[in-house]
Amino acid sequence: MLYAFLCYNNEDAVFSWSQAEDEKVMSALRAVQTPLERAGRLGPVARLMPTTAATTLRKDSEPPLVLDGPFAETKEQLLGFYVIECEDLEAALDVARDLAKANPGGAYEVRPLRLFRPGSLKP
Amino acid sequence: MSDLAWIDAALTAARPQAVGALLRYFRDLDVAEEAFQDACLRALRTWPQKGPPRDAAAWLIMVGRNAAIDQVRRKSRQQALPDEETISDLDDVETPLVERLDGADYRDDVLRLLFICCHPDLPATQQIALALRIVSGLSVRQIARAFLVGEAAMEQRITRAKARIANADVPFEAPGPIERAERLGAVAAMIYLVFNEGYSAGAAERDDRAALPIEAMRLARLLLRLYPAEPEIMGLMALMLLQHSRSAARFDADGQIVLLDDQDRGLWDTRMIGEGLALIDKAIRHRRRGPYQVQAAIAAMHARAARPEDTDWAHIDELYAALEQLEPSPIVTLNRAVAVSKVKGPAAALEMIEPLGERLAGYFYFFGLKGSLLMQLGRSAEAKCAFDQAIALATTPAQAAHMRQHLDQLSKEGAAGN
Repeated sequence: MLYAFLCYNNEDAVFSWSQAEDEKVMSALRAVQTPLERAGRLGPVARLMPTTAATTLRKDSEPPLVLDGPFAETKEQLLGFYVIECEDLEAALDVARDLAKANPGGAYEVRPLRLFRPGSLKP
Repeated sequence: MSDLAWIDAALTAARPQAVGALLRYFRDLDVAEEAFQDACLRALRTWPQKGPPRDAAAWLIMVGRNAAIDQVRRKSRQQALPDEETISDLDDVETPLVERLDGADYRDDVLRLLFICCHPDLPATQQIALALRIVSGLSVRQIARAFLVGEAAMEQRITRAKARIANADVPFEAPGPIERAERLGAVAAMIYLVFNEGYSAGAAERDDRAALPIEAMRLARLLLRLYPAEPEIMGLMALMLLQHSRSAARFDADGQIVLLDDQDRGLWDTRMIGEGLALIDKAIRHRRRGPYQVQAAIAAMHARAARPEDTDWAHIDELYAALEQLEPSPIVTLNRAVAVSKVKGPAAALEMIEPLGERLAGYFYFFGLKGSLLMQLGRSAEAKCAFDQAIALATTPAQAAHMRQHLDQLSKEGAAGN
């Protein structure tokens, strides 16, 4: 069975870390990830930019509504995610609109990545 | 990470919200700060055992509020034995206070806290010192070091600035939309001052001032989270990220300034650049151009160029022209002249800056640019004169040293020509 691990924390506090503190946490995490990666069990690892870099496409209206900021509702639950290469935010929103046409209702939060490693997992 | 480091990060992050809310309750900056300090002490005692609360700011506000009310009670007991009526009055005070603790006013609390530091009577350096002390919670010693003054002098400066804003009558009601926009503008300007105070520092004082750009970016990020749809706040955040991304490349091993063209672009922080570009993308969607967005777009043109020769100077020239319209100033024109010199040559740039001479007679960069344009045109004697004037106006040793390099180059070229 494949499991997704979704990371939650207080971003105000995490972004208050000094570079040294941040690197300490990251290298501790790498130590956990490395054996998983060697065993071919580690899929993609991503670190997101802060929520201030996010844009949300509400796809329950036609045309979908674009809002600044992260997904903030509590009525809906996280059901999946994509990582897609896009030229810029407009291009990313175009992809999100195409996806919305295929599957209306709910929302896409579009958030750039600040770190991405593809991992060693073979499907 | 150790318990203390975690708690310290959580307290720092919660501070603007908590002090802002406590200021709304008590309407007195000293009482609010003291209440926050009390709450932090209690957090240091209880959080290591119980773990941090889910909402650190709400916890600190509640505990700080109670601590301050305790203080008021204790003081009134010390003064005189209170009669029954006074005690029951004090009890009644608590109910409305508790009712006000609903979180809906957080946004305006933080904005108000930032805004009181921007009082127009306060000179820029005092605004910065006050914001660092009150909002960021830096110690007086840290701030004194950043401003290269003694601790006692800085303490006095902050006390005086606080006294001035205490009499300023900042309204505590929620601001209307126009007032809120004005406050945001003033606060954005103050945050950029904090940033530049650190960013413009020379290599020697850079370590002491390293905290300032970081604090400025933290405040801007906070503002952006509270007001997510303001393109100028996105622009400000992007501008600071893009400028700060170059900080590792701006000085060489000897502490000399390295100009943009000569910087090792491999030292630029690609994560900061990525976030800056993402924010510009977001801001552009609003189609409400403003000075921070345009300046960020200019910084982005440099960030996108892998090599100096890849820089799109024609587009930078256009962006400066837009900035001249939004915010006309001789300094913007001076910066535009750099782009013009790359696109149309040094003669056109020189023609552009000649009329600025009177207004920029005391400005180091004016003579620096004038000298280098004259040098490019082969007018060595005039160039030397401009570089000499620049040296006389230099405010950091690094600036003066950089001009001397030009003078050396001039005399070498002169010798070669003979």
